[in-house]
Amino acid sequence: MINEANINALLNIEDLSVEYRTDDAIFKAVNNVSLEVKRGETLGLVGETGAGKTTLALSIMGLLPKNIGFLTSGRICLNGQDLAKLSELEMQRLRGSSFSMIFQDPMTSLNPLMTVEEQIAEVLHAHNHISKEEASKKVDEILQLVGIQAGRKVEYPHQFSGGMKQRVVIAMALACEPELLIADEPTTALDVTIQAQVLSMMNDLKNKFNTSMIMITHDLGVVAAICDSVAIMYSGEIIEKGTVEDIYNSEKHHPYTVGLFGSIPNLTKKTKRLSPIEGLMPDSADLLKGCKFNDRCPMAQSICKEKEPSYYTDGTHSIKCHIFTGEIYKITNKE
Amino acid sequence: MEKVLANQSFNKINYKKRSQASFIWKKLRKSRTAMFGLVVLTLFLLVAIFADFIVDYDKVALYQDYKHRLALPSSDHLFGTDNYGRDMFARVVHGTRISFSIGFSAIGVAAASGIILGATAAYRGGWVDTIITRIMDALMSIPSILLALAIMAALGAGASNLAIAMALSNTPQFARLIRASVLTVVDQEYVSAAKACGTSDIRIVFKHILPNAIGPIMVKGTMAIATVIITAAGLSFIGVGVQPPTPEWGTLLAENREFMRTNMNLLVFPGLAIVLSALSLNLLGDGLRDALDPRLKN
Repeated sequence: MINEANINALLNIEDLSVEYRTDDAIFKAVNNVSLEVKRGETLGLVGETGAGKTTLALSIMGLLPKNIGFLTSGRICLNGQDLAKLSELEMQRLRGSSFSMIFQDPMTSLNPLMTVEEQIAEVLHAHNHISKEEASKKVDEILQLVGIQAGRKVEYPHQFSGGMKQRVVIAMALACEPELLIADEPTTALDVTIQAQVLSMMNDLKNKFNTSMIMITHDLGVVAAICDSVAIMYSGEIIEKGTVEDIYNSEKHHPYTVGLFGSIPNLTKKTKRLSPIEGLMPDSADLLKGCKFNDRCPMAQSICKEKEPSYYTDGTHSIKCHIFTGEIYKITNKE
Repeated sequence: MEKVLANQSFNKINYKKRSQASFIWKKLRKSRTAMFGLVVLTLFLLVAIFADFIVDYDKVALYQDYKHRLALPSSDHLFGTDNYGRDMFARVVHGTRISFSIGFSAIGVAAASGIILGATAAYRGGWVDTIITRIMDALMSIPSILLALAIMAALGAGASNLAIAMALSNTPQFARLIRASVLTVVDQEYVSAAKACGTSDIRIVFKHILPNAIGPIMVKGTMAIATVIITAAGLSFIGVGVQPPTPEWGTLLAENREFMRTNMNLLVFPGLAIVLSALSLNLLGDGLRDALDPRLKN
């Protein structure tokens, strides 16, 4: 059954761990993460700052900082091909053509000294043998797709607004029609009205090219709007994953997920205050024993401090918590 | 209806590209001192390039006319003549060519090798960075005029050796400067974005990193040419640089210094040439620095 799922999956991450090694300490940024993304599916990767979302994305791209970031275990397979085993040159060929990434801040992700056309054409030339005229034509088409007039391609990034720049960045990322697009908080730097526009445009393009997408965000509203499945990260681990329905409608949740939802204002429920999660995420250089969430968890028991929980699975929904794996029989949670 | 019309006129807008270079030029043009520097520098460059058309080198600059030794400035000899009856104007004009070629070639080579070394150090990092930086630090610990002297002693006197010595003694400063400015650019998101699109390392360095890191080099380079011209003149003056009868500005000062009291013109004109060229380069450098400073934008 697992094999069958693997065949459908475009991206398959198994037991991935990533460390940052500095002179002072070793930071375990990603710990034993397993994930899969199916063709045409959008996966929302949710978690607070420092949970390892971006590190996970960078390790897929093979762009971990040199001499600091290391894959210590696991495999990242795209179409069954282990990316970690490829040479730098082979990775370079795949980047942009098979998988591509959109960065957080559109203000800084375009080169100020190159026109928009040059930057999009650069991606095209890197992966195809096409003439300048063909590339120019293709640039026109792509810009049209992201809703920018083709005539503006001769302009420099500083002549565009933030939302427009993010459209250009998306155009660059989609220029070679990659199978997988990783979007690292693509709308965080934009204001709310533009956010909605850009998100719906990304969704349309994704459907048009049948691209799979990993949407990194900490905005649960964005997840509900465009994702098919969700993985929630905490302290480098995936503590809960499932379809959007599993996460939003299920009765069973990881206490951290409960806390996440408690931290956003709800228009329908009448509460006096938000109930944020107390405390901070543990230092990734000095991880907790047992469950990584035990120091902040309102339902922590003695076992949580000793034994790392395994996954409780219910169909597509899996939760990494002792409450559901049968280690703690009495569920004290009555929310 | 109005909306449609508005849309149509919107479509007709001619989008203009306004490059960073045109911005810099606009700001540079506003600075009077920088424009003065540019004009003087252009004149010097024209003189250097067309020296042979202005006065012939062999027939005038090197021609010794003993009947007209130590003549004062006149319509025949604009700057007068020296102890051997050679026309000073011709010698200063050809001196311009020699001084400027030493300045530009030395800085050209120093900047090019500095860019290669500095960019490699910054982009590669790790032990490559350590080795390059340590070598550059070691070279910088020797005063550059002493280093140039030592190189001249090893290579022998002459204009091309002087240029080599100047290039070598200037390289470490450029390497350091480029390393620092590349380091600030490497972390920019557009470099990661280019990588994420599968752009090759070489292209990233030449299209994304260097153009964005080159600003300080332009300023430093312009001013360093002035320093090289002065240092080269100094070395020639003390006799280890360009050798007489080649009319380098420093050489001209050296060979005429005995006549300072009687024929001041023999020292004033080469001296003025050194001062004016250095001044123009420094003024232009200052203007460029202001024009490139992002804090002073608009």
